[in-house]
Amino acid sequence: MDRFLFLTVDGLTHGAVYSAFALALVLIWRGTRIVNFAQGVLAVATSYLAYTVTGRSGSYWLGFLAALLAGLVLGAVVERLVMHRVAGAPPLNAVIVALGLVLVVQGVLGMIYGNQYLPFPAPFDRSAMTVGGVPLVSRFDLFVFGTVVLLMIVLALLFTRTAIGLRMRAAAFAPSVARLLGVRVGRMLTLGWALAALVGALAGMLVIPTGLGLHPTAMDTVFVSAFTAVVVGGLDSPAGAVVGGMLVGLVLSYVAGYLGAGTAPLAVLALLVVVLLVRPAGLFSGPQARRV
Amino acid sequence: MSDLLEVEGLTAGYHGVPVLHGIDLRVPAGTICAVLGANGAGKTTLLRALSGLIRPSTGRIAFDGADLGDLATERLVRRGIGHVPEGRGVIAELTVEENLMLGGAWRLGWAGVWGAARAGLRRDVAEVYQLFPPLAARRRQPGHQLSGGERQMLALGRALVGRPRLLLLDEPSLGLAPRVVAQTMALLRQLCEQTRLTVLLVEQNVRSALSIADQGVVMSLGRVVAAGDARRLADDADLRHAYLGF
Ligand SMILES: Nc1ncnc2c1ncn2[C@@H]1O[C@H](COP(=O)(O)OP(=O)(O)OP(=O)(O)O)[C@@H](O)[C@H]1O
Ligand SMILES: [Mg+2]
Repeated sequence: MDRFLFLTVDGLTHGAVYSAFALALVLIWRGTRIVNFAQGVLAVATSYLAYTVTGRSGSYWLGFLAALLAGLVLGAVVERLVMHRVAGAPPLNAVIVALGLVLVVQGVLGMIYGNQYLPFPAPFDRSAMTVGGVPLVSRFDLFVFGTVVLLMIVLALLFTRTAIGLRMRAAAFAPSVARLLGVRVGRMLTLGWALAALVGALAGMLVIPTGLGLHPTAMDTVFVSAFTAVVVGGLDSPAGAVVGGMLVGLVLSYVAGYLGAGTAPLAVLALLVVVLLVRPAGLFSGPQARRV
Repeated sequence: MSDLLEVEGLTAGYHGVPVLHGIDLRVPAGTICAVLGANGAGKTTLLRALSGLIRPSTGRIAFDGADLGDLATERLVRRGIGHVPEGRGVIAELTVEENLMLGGAWRLGWAGVWGAARAGLRRDVAEVYQLFPPLAARRRQPGHQLSGGERQMLALGRALVGRPRLLLLDEPSLGLAPRVVAQTMALLRQLCEQTRLTVLLVEQNVRSALSIADQGVVMSLGRVVAAGDARRLADDADLRHAYLGF
């Protein structure tokens, strides 16, 4: 029972990060109908920047802030310089361009920082605190939860309560109508990419301290988990991304905990296949709203 | 009298194939101009060219004395050109209220995300609810749950929230009950007189369009084949017979 509790908390902690990362995928998908396969590597890049800034300044939080800002800028730059050019082209073009970007960025990071794992510190103690005699949750876990919950609240407020969020949604749902209502659709797309990369950067800062450390491929498995999460939840559904992320986190944790760490990747694939067979549009995609 | 909209020799089309051939049009401020003609005459294409959705290949469009040149649609909205497209363009995923707010969201810019600047917008939205009470009852419902007539009210109301000086309306009476058509037309007339709104009104409903319009143009195969005072067009039996079918 103790073990089950521990695995649950661990699964939810990782799941929270997958949720955030999945949310970033949904953000871009809704605006552009592109699955951003480069999202993992962008988050790695911003984490390396955080590594450098923290190393130079001695302040973890300065590095943290630098990663978020860099995510914002990087997302906008990638959209303007790269993805913008494949908008409207066959979907495969965007996939190939994104994968190309992955190779380039991973190569460049390897050249600058080397291909070994770099130790990446956590801002809070990662040893579990005992609750009722059971070692359950660490300060870092609480930090991860708190940050992801805050992020979701901020995003929800942004999209439902602000004029800019309204314009972003309109641009995503109906670009031509939005244009007739004065929405600068191109700008909204750039902003969407910037926001998504910021969320990705944040997820990177939350998950890399729990793994082997910083490496050009450090986010690859996180990307696969988050991708599974959005497939589970439905690419169009922010709520689905959150629930899907949690679900994937739990499945991974239980499988790794009870059956051995080696089986976890298989479990994710199995989940992916089952969902695709049963509910290809995702568990949370509502009835398709018809466009008029 | 100064003309708010001046169109000279406008040629435009799709994929390099012209649909409009040398359109000339002048609409004085505060008046309604009916644009009539058979299916495929080019009425919608004319509106699309005026709101920047398609680029004219030749010709000139001037709005309030200034050449519009190559301004993008988003910029034209800021100049005061509102366009309610054919099919209305209600955004199905947004609620009625969100659709309405969106009509004036461009005025908020980057600032005004919270509080004060939104208050003005809310007032404009409240005015639309007064004009179209059925919308107020459905403010929290998504656009795809509206009836055809409600969508029409929403599309028109949303355009008004943008406070346009020139309103381009593409068949607003389509699918509306006769009584609602009459109300809509009366409302347009009233807006023109009270706020000096200028309207370019594309209609199949020739009679009701000409009944509120000051002037009219009749299009056929991408050309203006008749233009003039609305009452004179309505009384011209030959014209009615040849192009307007009543
Ligand atoms: N997107 C498009 N691509 C190519 N040709 C088009 C397009 N839209 C319209 N056309 C052509 O342009 C011509 C004029 O169409 P338009 O929609 O302007 O007519 P309309 O007067 O609005 O007709 P209706 O009364 O049926 O709405 C038609 O011959 C049509 O086939
Ligand atoms: Mg038409």
